[in-house]
Order: sequence, then structure tokens, then C-alpha cells
Amino acid sequence: MKFRGKITDIACLNHFTRVVTTISKLTKTCVLRLTPDHLFFILPGKVTNGGVGMWCQLLQANFFQEYQMEGVTSEVQEICLEVSPEPWSRALKTVQSAKSVKLKLTRKHCACLTVAAELPTLSSVGRVVTHDVPVDVIPRRLWQEFQEAGVPDFDVSVYLPPLKTMKSVVDRMKNLSNFLVMEANLNGDMNLKIQTDLVSVTTHFKDLGNPSRDPEVMAEVTVDIRKLQQFLMGQQVNPSKALCNIVHQNVVHLVLLHEDVSLQYFIPAVA
Amino acid sequence: MQCVVTGGNVKVLGKAVHSLSRIGDELYVEPQEDGLALRSVNSSRSAYACFLFAPLFFSRYAIPTGLNFRCKMAIKSVQSVFKSLATLEKTVEKCHIGLDEQKDRLTFTLHCKHGLLKTHNLSYQDSESLEAVFDKNSCANVFRAQPRVLVDTVVHFPTSLEEVTVTVSDERMWVRNHVEDEAERSKAMLTELCLAADEFDYFAVKAHYSITFCLKEFRGLLLFAESTGLPVSMYFDEPGSPVVLSVTDSVLEGNFVLATLSDNHDLQKSNRGGDADQPHPPDDFMSDDMDAYLIAMDTSAAPGPSTADPPPPSLATFRKPPAPNYRTRTHSEEEEEDDGEEDPERPPDKKFRSLFFGSVLPPSSQMNTQPLTTQEVLASDSEDETEAD
Repeated sequence: MKFRGKITDIACLNHFTRVVTTISKLTKTCVLRLTPDHLFFILPGKVTNGGVGMWCQLLQANFFQEYQMEGVTSEVQEICLEVSPEPWSRALKTVQSAKSVKLKLTRKHCACLTVAAELPTLSSVGRVVTHDVPVDVIPRRLWQEFQEAGVPDFDVSVYLPPLKTMKSVVDRMKNLSNFLVMEANLNGDMNLKIQTDLVSVTTHFKDLGNPSRDPEVMAEVTVDIRKLQQFLMGQQVNPSKALCNIVHQNVVHLVLLHEDVSLQYFIPAVA
Repeated sequence: MQCVVTGGNVKVLGKAVHSLSRIGDELYVEPQEDGLALRSVNSSRSAYACFLFAPLFFSRYAIPTGLNFRCKMAIKSVQSVFKSLATLEKTVEKCHIGLDEQKDRLTFTLHCKHGLLKTHNLSYQDSESLEAVFDKNSCANVFRAQPRVLVDTVVHFPTSLEEVTVTVSDERMWVRNHVEDEAERSKAMLTELCLAADEFDYFAVKAHYSITFCLKEFRGLLLFAESTGLPVSMYFDEPGSPVVLSVTDSVLEGNFVLATLSDNHDLQKSNRGGDADQPHPPDDFMSDDMDAYLIAMDTSAAPGPSTADPPPPSLATFRKPPAPNYRTRTHSEEEEEDDGEEDPERPPDKKFRSLFFGSVLPPSSQMNTQPLTTQEVLASDSEDETEAD
């Protein structure tokens, strides 16, 4: 089981840092699944983390100039690690000016994902900083939890309004209520609603467009407003497309697409 | 007492006050024959800093002969005089420091552009002289570096980090974050940065020591060094004896004396584990030997993921108080008693040696304001300090 990736392009480094930072805003720990072609950041939608699930997929060739890995066995070319994205993001942020950054799986005091950066310096020897982020290697028998969640049959699927606009709306609604109703129809209408004993607030978005289908029936889901806020807050990816899929009274599936990165986020309905 | 500071030196003075504020809550002011001394010490007395501004630093420096004036005052109030350093440089033309003996006030007058005059009358308390006794010239290891090198080094460590460990060999210096106990180590990120000797202006190592000291105060000094562009010198000996960081110029001298963790050999050893055996990160980086990164564990079999963890050595080894080799250098009985008062059941994991103060600890007048019994010789006391305000 080996893994080593090297980034020498500053734009790739910057992009990768933003992805990791986005992930770190969404969750404290997640699973990093490495395959010969892809990196996945996965948060299985378990009850323990409030049912929120995440699936982020990166094509390694778009980030790494060198990428080598060997899976657990010669047949199974995969590695699953439990990682904390926050220290990782912190480590990457301080090496933005590096000549090259290496990510590698190392055995130090425990299994670590090591970020080693060669920093610019006038010295002949070169200045190297290493950050060892402890990881847990996940045994194979637990891997079935980290398969891509089957995308449910959605009642409604629409494009999201600009995330910044949505964020400022949700941030304000957060002050009034802990729960928010998201509803949308295939006409491209989406409403964000809060209802309390004292006040009802609805923000209407129109003409959002949708990938297909037609009826005007609204599909709605009541979600924990903090989960939605967290999703909007961490955005560093600047998606070219943002999609919202709703299964009525069941789940919101948010998808961000940006060239080589796709991030899916599942927020379950509250009872 | 009449001190007049003009031009860019006002900012230098302001920066010095700000960087002293990283040390303690009180600023000790003492006009001496050889210049104006500004000092501070933290409540656990594990960090001390002193700036001495020579008479030539001032455009006018006059102290009354025979009058042995010295005082201490809340550092926050002095900081507010030099609140915005950016605008200070542009707007303030002259700073006048005088003593109003009638009202027992120290007066800071800022002469700004357009004839604007800002006067701060600050109250003070009498104090004993505060002076740490240290001899940096006898230290085995001496380094000098441009502030930029050190600033670029500490930037890799999180602001929440309390202590760093500095290890030196003949040609290299390693800076690492200090992680206290074994339990934390399996979770905490370990950061290590290696500096080659040629990054330093001066690099003289006589003994391969590894010392651990507080980062907060070090950052305070770097703040000053960076803005004035003065190289930082570092002097240290074996673990447990203080590290001295200093900046010098023809008209000023700043010395930061920081306690280091006393050498608990077991702790030192276990702190790095396997790393210590392979202290060649640059080579490691260059040679891409994949096998070196091999993680030898069969995940299909073992449920416990971190089988690489060494069995934790018995707690006793690193909980051991460093009492036996605790060569305390302080003359003060109170301090020693204080150390003895630590709960024997659970001694603190880390312990900084209190610095040695010649004439500071003193007379009862000061004991009233600084009850020693509450002092804990631990690293960070910033929380306590703010609470006290």
C-alpha cells in the first residue's frame, strides 16, 4: 500500500487547496479514497453526523503532475483513509508559494499523510517543511460503506441560484429559525421558507431552469438550517453549475460541478 | 525626565511596546544613564523582555541626576498611545515623554501633523527594578538570521500552538511543534521545518541541544524585528536554561529571555519517536524512494487501523516531575516554594524553569500586587491575564 503525489504547478496547488478547504468546512473527518485515477472525499450519510452525506470526486491527473499508488493488494488498487481535512487544509495554505508539494502516505509515529513542501529560499540546501497529519487506514471489510450513494429518483431537479445570494438569505433566516423548508418545482421556481409562531418568511427564486421534465408541482423538504448554512459557507470552488435535487419530504441533494471537481452533498429531511 | 522621539523612531518605540505586550500586562519604565529601559515579564516569570533605547535614539534625552525614578504601568494604556502604528508613521512628527511629578503621571504627548496635539496622562505605580540575570555570551549555540527567515519559519505553525522545539546540528536547525503527551500525538499534526546553516547570517553550534520554548513571545519579538528590519540573534544552552533572543542596533537593544522546558530525557526521546533517527528531511525530499513510504499493514485482516502505533510507554516516564535535575537558578525562596506546592498527584506535564531575577522579587511592596502563590509555572498565561483585567 503506497501513495505519493506531487504537485509542481501553482494553479493546481491553489485549486487543490481550495477543494480541501471546502471539504474542511463541511466536515471534521471524512474518508479519503484513492484509486489510480481518482481521489474521493466521502462522508457516508450516517445518523451520527446528522444524516448528512458528501461525495466529492477529483480526477487526479488534473491536480497532480506525478501520481503513484499501489492498493492494498495487486487486484484491489484502492486505499481508504480516514482523514481530518482541517489540518490538511491549514498545511496546504502555508505552502502556497512552494516550488513543489508532495503528498505521501508515510509511517511515522502512526500512519500519516505527509505534506512535504520545498519552499523557495536562497540557500543551496533548500528549505523543506513537512506536516504529518495522522490518518487511520480503513480496513477493507468496511469499504462497502464508501460506495457512491445511489442517486434517488428525484421529484424535482433545478439549478441553484447564485450561491452567494442564497448564503446571505440563509444566514439571515438562521437568526429566526432552526429549520428551513426548501421547495422547488420543475418550472424553475424555488422557495426558501421559514415558519415560526411569530413570523413566516419566504424567499422566492424564479426561472432557475432545470435539466428536464415539466410539471409545476412543488417538491419540498424541511432541513436543518445549519446543515444548509454549512454547505453555503464553505464554498471555495466557484462551481460552473450548481444543481438542487429534491425528493419530496425526504432529502435534498446538492451538486456542484466545476470542470474536474464534482461535489455532492446530501441533506436529509427532518422529521 | 524629558525624552523626545522624532520621525520614524516613534514607530520603533510603538512597536517595542506592542511586542512587550505579548509578554506581560505591565510595562516597567526605567530611565537610566545609558538610556530608557522598557521591560516586561509574564505572570509565571517564564518570559522576560527588555528594550533599552540609548540616549542617541532620542532627539533629546534628559533625566534628572540623583533621582532614582522607576515605575510600572498597565501595558494596555501605553499601547493605546501607539494604537495605530500605520497612521502613527504618517501623522506623528514627534513624541514627548515627560514626568509630571505633582500629579504622579507619565505624560506622552504626540505632536501630529497640522499642529494636532495628543496628550496621554498615564498613571503609574512605583516599582522595584526589573532585571533578569542572563549571560548570552556564555551560551554554547549562537545564531543570527534576518527576520524574514524566522517569520517565514513560524508562519507554518498555527497561532494556537504554544511551544516549538528547536533542534540544532552542525549544519542544520529543525523547528517542530511541541506536542505534550502521547495521546495527543496520535491525533495532532506534526510540523517540521528544516533550515540550512547558510540561511543564517551566523551559525555557531557547539552542542547539539534541543530546546522547547513558547512561540507567542517569540512572535512578539519577530513583530519588532520585522518592522525594524533588524537581524535576530538567538543564544541558547542546554534544555532548561533560558534562550535569549535579541535585536541590536547602534541606538537600541532588545533582549527576550524565555524559559525552556527542562530536560526530561524520556520526554525528549519519546517526543519524536522514529523521526529522530532520520533527521534528513531535505534528502528525503530529493530521493523519491517509494519504499520508504510503505505502510506495512494488512488492512484486510486487522481491525485496528493504527497498528503502527508503538505501545505507549508507561505514563510514569513522562509524567515524572523534573525535580531531581531541577537546577533552579533563582535566588528567591518564594519561587522555589511555589514549585514545591504543585500537586504531587499530578505534576504538570511541562514545566518551564522560572527565570532568574536578581533584584526583582523583592520587597514586600511588590508581593502585594503579585501574589506568588497563584503562580503556575506553565507556558501560557494569557487567559489569566485578560481575566485579571
